[in-house]
Amino acid sequence: MPTVVFKVGDDVSTDVIYPGRYMATVLPTETPQFAFADEAAFNAKLKAKQIPPGSILLGGKNFGCGSSREQAVSCLKGPELIIVARDFARIFLQNGINLGLRMIVCPDIEAAEGDELELSVDALVNKTSGRQFKIEPMPRSRQVIIDAGGLIAYTRTRLQQAVV
Amino acid sequence: MTIVEKILARASGLPSVKAGDVVEPKVDLAMSHENAALVINQFLEIYQGTPLPPKIWDPSRVAVIFDHRVPAESSKTASNQKKVRDFVGVQGVGKFHDIRGDVGGICHQILPENGYVRPGYVVVGTDSHTTSHGALGAFAFGIGATEMATVWALGSVLNVEVPTTIKVVVKGRFKKFVGPKDLILHLIGKISAQGANFKVLEFHGETISKMSTSGRLVLCNMSVEAGATAGIVPADEETARYLREEAGVTGPIEPVLPDADAAYESVIEINVSKLQPQIACPHTVDNVKPIDQVAGKRVNQIVIGSCTNGRLDDLAIAAKILKGQKVAQGTRMLIFPASAKIFRQALGKGYVGVFMQAGAVVMNSGCGPCLGIHEGALGDGEAALSTTNRNFKGRMGNPNSEVYLCSPAVAAASAITGVITNPRKK
Ligand code: SF4
Repeated sequence: MPTVVFKVGDDVSTDVIYPGRYMATVLPTETPQFAFADEAAFNAKLKAKQIPPGSILLGGKNFGCGSSREQAVSCLKGPELIIVARDFARIFLQNGINLGLRMIVCPDIEAAEGDELELSVDALVNKTSGRQFKIEPMPRSRQVIIDAGGLIAYTRTRLQQAVV
Repeated sequence: MTIVEKILARASGLPSVKAGDVVEPKVDLAMSHENAALVINQFLEIYQGTPLPPKIWDPSRVAVIFDHRVPAESSKTASNQKKVRDFVGVQGVGKFHDIRGDVGGICHQILPENGYVRPGYVVVGTDSHTTSHGALGAFAFGIGATEMATVWALGSVLNVEVPTTIKVVVKGRFKKFVGPKDLILHLIGKISAQGANFKVLEFHGETISKMSTSGRLVLCNMSVEAGATAGIVPADEETARYLREEAGVTGPIEPVLPDADAAYESVIEINVSKLQPQIACPHTVDNVKPIDQVAGKRVNQIVIGSCTNGRLDDLAIAAKILKGQKVAQGTRMLIFPASAKIFRQALGKGYVGVFMQAGAVVMNSGCGPCLGIHEGALGDGEAALSTTNRNFKGRMGNPNSEVYLCSPAVAAASAITGVITNPRKK
């Protein structure tokens, strides 16, 4: 069952998720080493591959606010983290859907680091506290992209349809 | 319909749209900066496994501007820039601004000053402050690199949900040394960094009608700091004046205005007559205080510039305050004009000489210290006072430092004293 490995507060910006000084690095294979670079303990665990894929990063409100840098998404997608937050900033949410990052909007979530969360389609159960929270579905406008496996694949289909 | 609803209806080929509808608007202008390097990767990937050659849908509608790390600070950046330069050459991208003293500058200044943005346009950019271009009556918003790759391929943005709009009505006259930056900081402080999430801020009122395009750019630039998808000012005579006189536009200008019965999700009224200079304190842009609550705070670095406040009127006010004065010992002052054109105008007006004689360092046009990547980083425990738009932890290159945000007048007055200083009380 997925465990909360790292918890952050509200308004966590992309400058915190992926500091600007590493922006010259763009390849999704290289960005994960700089995820939360200034949160030394968490970053060290990520780099040492001590975080099991499918672990949960718990955000507050407005997760991913700030710049449009896509590295802030790819650096979390690499280690296959699931991001659970009360809500997301617009560009981050869009980038996450486009790149296939697993994100869950859970407006009332309460959990601590170390808690185990059970995820289903419309609800999340905190197994440690025994409490259940509602999950908000992704905007319907985005579901086609999620279903296609990301924006690149979706665009490829659309492009080929346009040519035919 | 609101302005944005009208623009999206036109761009999507529909008679009307309303908030919540999902549309696929055609793009009039698509802008990227150095992160075009990542867009190129994603763009080429779209074509993989297809028999189609990778070809930008309309290279004349694509703008690429080098500004974030100019001149390159590392071989890695230089190689990325080279890759982009080669690509735009091959694809024939029409609006490419390289690192140059004639046509270079920050993307959000280059677009307006070259007349690339017109009222009614759909503008997308791989930069969150693309909201700036709403100052000219366009619907302009930030997207990620992968989304931009789709735009390059198809010429439209897929699956845009029509946003709701908050109407902001501004009345009153600014006091001396108070202006658009103080207004937008005040608004963000009032509605919070999430207050306009997924919404548009549409600016109205006598204060906005009288405001220059430069000031409107400040408002729309920072709308994203309240979470807004876009900021927008209805195009008017000032917009036409700016486009004709300052941006050299000769073709038709067709303003898109909101209907009298447009549906707004809410209305916010602000009177600026009593507004004092505002400061956004570390580490969130909505941590806004009237200057008197933070006056006296020691600052190590003063920054004037960026896409927010690096235009000629910003430099003019700073030069007025700094003329014959000295930057305080122990404080350093960095000034970076938003574009090479503005830099040359500031030279012509004598501002650059004033700044240098006062002890400031005038840097080449570009993003510079604003994002702390390659110059003007802060030391541990240091504080900066800056006319830029973000003060997130680590923004100026060091997580163990602080950034305070302010207007150019406050920055200049504080440079002389070395502490946060109210220019109205000097
Ligand atoms: S000046 Fe700062 S905010 Fe503006 S585009 Fe450059 S990095 Fe972004």
